[in-house]
Amino acid sequence: MSTRRPSMQGALGQIGTILVTLLGLLVLTFIIGRMMPADPVRAMVGEDATRETYEQVFRSLGLDRPLWEQFFYYLGDVLTGNFGTSIRTGQPVIQDILHVMPATMELATFAILIGAGLGVPMGVIAAVNKDRWPDHLVRVLSLFGHSMPIFWTGMIALIVLYAKLDLVGGSGRMDQFYIGLVPETTGFLLIDSLLAGEMDVFWSAVNHLILPASLLGYSSSAYITRMTRSFMLDQLGQEYITTARVKGLSKHQTIWRHAFVNIRVQLVTIVALAYGSLLEGAVLIETVFAWPGFGQYLTSNLIIGDMNAVMTCVLIVGVIFIALNLLSDMLYRLFDPRTR
Amino acid sequence: MTRPILDVENLHIRYGGAPTDAVRGVSFTLGRERLGIVGESGSGKSTVGRGLLRLLPSAKITADKMRFEDVELLSLTEEQMLGVRGRRMSMILQDPKFSLNPIRKVGDQVAETYLRHFKCSRKDALQKAIAMLEAVKIRDPERVCEQYPHEISGGMGQRVMIAMMLLADPDVVIADEPTSALDVTVRLQVLNILDGLVRDRGIGLIMISHDLNLVRNFCDRVLIMYAGRVVETLAARDLDKAQHPYTRGLIAAQPRIGGARAPLAVLDRRPEWLEEVSR
Repeated sequence: MSTRRPSMQGALGQIGTILVTLLGLLVLTFIIGRMMPADPVRAMVGEDATRETYEQVFRSLGLDRPLWEQFFYYLGDVLTGNFGTSIRTGQPVIQDILHVMPATMELATFAILIGAGLGVPMGVIAAVNKDRWPDHLVRVLSLFGHSMPIFWTGMIALIVLYAKLDLVGGSGRMDQFYIGLVPETTGFLLIDSLLAGEMDVFWSAVNHLILPASLLGYSSSAYITRMTRSFMLDQLGQEYITTARVKGLSKHQTIWRHAFVNIRVQLVTIVALAYGSLLEGAVLIETVFAWPGFGQYLTSNLIIGDMNAVMTCVLIVGVIFIALNLLSDMLYRLFDPRTR
Repeated sequence: MTRPILDVENLHIRYGGAPTDAVRGVSFTLGRERLGIVGESGSGKSTVGRGLLRLLPSAKITADKMRFEDVELLSLTEEQMLGVRGRRMSMILQDPKFSLNPIRKVGDQVAETYLRHFKCSRKDALQKAIAMLEAVKIRDPERVCEQYPHEISGGMGQRVMIAMMLLADPDVVIADEPTSALDVTVRLQVLNILDGLVRDRGIGLIMISHDLNLVRNFCDRVLIMYAGRVVETLAARDLDKAQHPYTRGLIAAQPRIGGARAPLAVLDRRPEWLEEVSR
């Protein structure tokens, strides 16, 4: 029974959990930052610096203090929105990330729309036709999506669809010609180009987005398909499905009005998680398509040891997952009366 | 005697991939009466019920005759069958905990039966549902309509199920162990409600059960099934005068309050009974 008080308590409890998780995340990123075999001082002063310069920078970074004290400084910095400066670009890290994140979000959002749009119906079709040819077909397709290395399919697709057939755009977010034409307001190229009224840029962006998004979408649809299929099979074996059929509902009505509404909760969870891992950065596809996104940013900074950037990236990935979990919890309440 | 509503002759049902028939050569008729089907687990009684509604997707159903009023059920297309299910013949399932959709409101689920078979607005269907819930003696039906299945009790859930299945005014209702999942204290209450409605509306009822006493009290005639066959058919009041050794065995295996505390008789099952022709 839902009364006001327990749900209030639930909300407070949830906020508490989130705060504890965030704190744990900060401890983790801090430890990663300190444990990595990279020397932030050396990265700043360069190989030829004198010992004095090195010591000076070492102290100015607060590295001479005890570890716990350093952590509280870090905590204070994060809470005031100061994530440090990138050694590589000399700009505040957060500014760099705000620059690359929209590119990844654009890609991930389109990919998940394709992935769920493809995966959910395929999973339902497979479950409804269990052990008949549509099921086998769907299973083979999803097995392919699951097991093909995405950098390889990416390159093959580029060679065939871009280089040979010229159906889609190549690497990057738009054609070379258009770069810099549209002012960066939101960072989302599709939105920015529409705001600027540059339809050519918009279509060029779509053209460049479609292939990497489809490939990512196909690969995440493999997982979504398999899960949808098994969720559906679970529900189709339930007795209330028999009830629906006894009432005289058609197969279609039974599937969509009764079985499918019962798997929404589970679907939301797996789609949210799939979206999270896409946001975290599809490094391989971003590399193949020279997509200036978050995955590339994180990897390149890991390689050169730009720890401020890496720590902030890890923090952001954590926050994304916490936010997605929160979102799917809220959707649970919406979709399932038993959790209210 | 008038023509029976349901006339089944030599019904065979085999599940996909099974080596033998689950139901072999069952014949019976149903008038405006209450017919009990009794037997052990696996004797095929539920399979007969589901077979009549053609609800078994993987099973192969054959019969010399499976006439329901003026139609031969086996010759109907699935599309035509949809018009029979729920509207002219429906079924009450065992456990409301599983047979009601957990995430849809009660009123919505009950009204769906009406909406499916009659052209009317949602609001009118909901009104019908509320009236029907009242008929199954649910207090404050408007409130119950807004509740979800997990918020109502088992006895109430089964009354909701009855309301849902009788809403479109069918001629035959199959009750598949309608009270087995219920608390003993509400069993009788639910059965009386079902019995009252079935009598008032002149519905032919098939009561599938393993409970001999229940069938004795709530049915006119009883079929005894054993391993997919009907071994004996008799009037419910004559159950004690049963001739067949299997029926007698079932009766003997029942404990009685105040009866002797000696071990109960072990049920005897003989393969040769399968070869006998019933009736």
